[in-house]
Amino acid sequence: MTDRSSGPPRLEAEAFHVNAAGRRVPMDVNGHVALPFEGVGMHRPAGPKHGPPIRSCSGYPANGDKRVPDLKTALERCGLRDGMTISSHHHLRNGDRVALKALNAAAELGARDLMWFPSASFPCHEPVIDLMEQGVVHHIEGSMNGPLGAYCSRGRMSGLGVLRSHGGRWQAIQDGEVPVDIAVIAAPSADAFGNANGSHGPSACGSLGFALADSIYADHVIVVTDNLVEFPCVPWQIQGNNVDFVVEVDSIGDPSKIVSGTTQITRSPDRLLIAEYVARFLRDAGIVRDGFSFQAGAGGIALAFVGFIREIMREQGVKARFVRGGSTSYLVELLEEGLTDYILDGQTFDLAAVESIATNPHHLPTSPFTSYNWHGKGNFASMVDAVVLGATEVDVAFNANVVTHSDGMLLHGIGGWQNCLAAGCTILALPAFRDRIPVVVDEVTTLTGPGELIDVVVTERGIAVNPRRTDLLDVLQQNDTDLPIRPIEEIKAEIEQLVGGPPRKPELIDQPVAVVKWVDGTVLDTVWQVPDAPGLGG
Amino acid sequence: MTQESADTATRRGTSGGSPLTGLAGRAGDDVRSDLRATARLTDSGGIRLTVRSRVGGLYGPAIEAETRRVAEALGVSNVEIEIDDAGAIDPVIGARVEAALRAAGVKGGDARPARRIDTGDPTDRDRLRRSRLYLPGDQPKLALNAGLHRPDGVILDLEDSVHPDHKAAARLVVRNLLRTVDFMGAERMVRINPLPLGLEDLDAVAPEAVDVILVPKVEDPETLLLVDERIRANTDRPVWLMPILETAVGVERAFEIASAVDSIVALTIGLEDYTADLGVAKTVEGSESLYARMRLVNAARAAARQPIDSVFGDVADEEGLRGWAVRSRSLGFDGMGCVHPRQIKPIHEAFAPSEADLARARRIVSAFEEAEERGLGVVSLGSKMIDPPVVRRALRTVEIARRTGRLEEVTDD
Repeated sequence: MTDRSSGPPRLEAEAFHVNAAGRRVPMDVNGHVALPFEGVGMHRPAGPKHGPPIRSCSGYPANGDKRVPDLKTALERCGLRDGMTISSHHHLRNGDRVALKALNAAAELGARDLMWFPSASFPCHEPVIDLMEQGVVHHIEGSMNGPLGAYCSRGRMSGLGVLRSHGGRWQAIQDGEVPVDIAVIAAPSADAFGNANGSHGPSACGSLGFALADSIYADHVIVVTDNLVEFPCVPWQIQGNNVDFVVEVDSIGDPSKIVSGTTQITRSPDRLLIAEYVARFLRDAGIVRDGFSFQAGAGGIALAFVGFIREIMREQGVKARFVRGGSTSYLVELLEEGLTDYILDGQTFDLAAVESIATNPHHLPTSPFTSYNWHGKGNFASMVDAVVLGATEVDVAFNANVVTHSDGMLLHGIGGWQNCLAAGCTILALPAFRDRIPVVVDEVTTLTGPGELIDVVVTERGIAVNPRRTDLLDVLQQNDTDLPIRPIEEIKAEIEQLVGGPPRKPELIDQPVAVVKWVDGTVLDTVWQVPDAPGLGG
Repeated sequence: MTQESADTATRRGTSGGSPLTGLAGRAGDDVRSDLRATARLTDSGGIRLTVRSRVGGLYGPAIEAETRRVAEALGVSNVEIEIDDAGAIDPVIGARVEAALRAAGVKGGDARPARRIDTGDPTDRDRLRRSRLYLPGDQPKLALNAGLHRPDGVILDLEDSVHPDHKAAARLVVRNLLRTVDFMGAERMVRINPLPLGLEDLDAVAPEAVDVILVPKVEDPETLLLVDERIRANTDRPVWLMPILETAVGVERAFEIASAVDSIVALTIGLEDYTADLGVAKTVEGSESLYARMRLVNAARAAARQPIDSVFGDVADEEGLRGWAVRSRSLGFDGMGCVHPRQIKPIHEAFAPSEADLARARRIVSAFEEAEERGLGVVSLGSKMIDPPVVRRALRTVEIARRTGRLEEVTDD
């Protein structure tokens, strides 16, 4: 790669502040004042919420037909200008074709220095690198991984990346931190008025929850669909009353990459063992009882966990009131077997789950508003009894990293991960080492979740309970658990002995490339630039 | 994805030093915790390394240090070594580099890892052998966590799971794993190749505190004498033998084989090869091998060895596995093999003693303890005298039940 003259702005030493987590963070993020993390639950901004401009129905077609011929026309009529923020959403996952269509249309219109504000990016969005090289897109505020992550990590992006949780994205929109100029919403079904849903149509993906905030708060909203139905399009997960224009296209995405045909449980013996430990932990910690709730994603360990917890629920004759996902056929089977009353669905991952959310009234779409929003009057995440999450690293103070690899390279978005830490019992289920890299470290490379919110770390080599959770430890003891409950330091030492010592600290350049926001909008940590050729030692 | 590997030597060039190149290990997108090493002996230039590693930024110096250690330990002073690493740990790096150098023609020297874990005492002759987990000897990743799944034994396999071109390299991997990996109380077993190759396997693994050697495709007692002799030439530590019968001839000579040498502790059967030898298909219910398996049980019991069953190959079919294991126990087997760690628990459950067995064993054990307390030489239950082997079996049954969590109340009362 050649060096570009741009890259993120250089910051002087005094432009940094050490936040409440002890992390050095920039006070200026892309020209805006950024507040350092103040501690869990501390930051409570006042004042009114952000609102979109007032509109009147007389400005829209009385017959409700808001169709325009193409995205270019729609963007033009939204008043596209240089420097605007364009948002898109990841409910079509790696099959999405709409975000690129929209950004390319903006490029054809000659727009420059746009901020792309996706709810998450996927490998299919790699061509955005070309748009950044051309200056069409200035920077991205959203998850970056794969080639985009490498581009940002190597300091090629003109602005700082801003990584937010799903709830944090809602917070940023709602408190005006990120005013969205134009939201482009990919809709598996829509009518000409703009009512839209993700549960029906050839590109069905389940819920459109990630697009809900943008539909309400963006200055302009464009719905793009490949399945135009006659009014009314029901259910209207997105309400047409918030929509400016509707664009019909041949295809919004590649269905084979939107949802998987079937979801396979891992065959990795170690991951299965971890999943079994998690399920037994919930049993022995007294969390599995009639009316309990849990959240598990669609990762290999989480899926296998659902199988084990199902066995335990059958054995004990209890059922859950609700489960949250990341829904797959495995959660659908729980629902259909009567082991849970409801699925409260954040994302829908396979065909069985898409079918279920479309037909089963007990399988309900949720959004970051219902589940994760910092500015909500409460949210679902904190009402969940237990959540099973992953991480790339966890340290001996239970702090965890999900965004960077141990070598400092951006690897994952935050997703709902930070928001889920609010659950009654937060469990990280992790293989003890990947290749030879230990998962338990002295200090995480990038702080994504404060240790005070992480209760349990389950590895195949033992289960560490956060010493703060004396209540859990007491119950485990009362129940005479035979699980391998061990101090986290001991697990760490064992892993290090196995892999041949702790890894070297990565040599990072003292230049921020991105920041990690906490759920309340404050800056939790900085992602530093990774050298072009990470040293192979020597 | 690409998986290149060979521990064969390639002679390159015809003039001058005619450098020798050796290759060992695996590389490719789907490879984890392993590496490929290429060694080219040179006339000058010292030890030159090129390391490409998925974990290079974090472990680059460690990889180089281990590579260099092995080259120096083998007395190599001029060599170019290329490493394509996917997160291998030191004992695997060492084995791969050594294999590449050996393939390039390096003789002599001792490059075994300095670290050696504490393997504890040799195992008991009649210890529990309900489950033995097969681990392909050339795939080190699977071995690192094998002990966590609590099999009674782990078998590092040098035979059928290892490609003929990779035998020498796998032998070094297995040797280094035996030396450095904690299998957490599982009995440490190696399945060697049929003789004569198996004798070379023994030279590498017998000194590394191996507990049991599985000898494949045995058809005569002499094979076991040769194996036993070769082990004795390598170590003073007790090493048990478990012959595998895999042919019609082997089954016909089961008793002779079982009693060939004193160190034989168990007799087992390989049904894939056996059914192929008979020219029949292997079925889930196994009626085609019923004769052979019952004959094996009888021969093993007659020779006072443990009869151990074959493996159940379909990992996805847990019901099939449970059915097989229950039938296997009812035929008289003490255990069977596992091809995946998830098979361990169902097998342990199937080979657990029945409630009636357990109740009787508990009565015998209390009688035994009472006799001990009263200093009596003879154990009796009511008016009946209990023979020492029956007492031993009862103690073992109670021990199995206690270890499997079925007997907590007994130890309390």
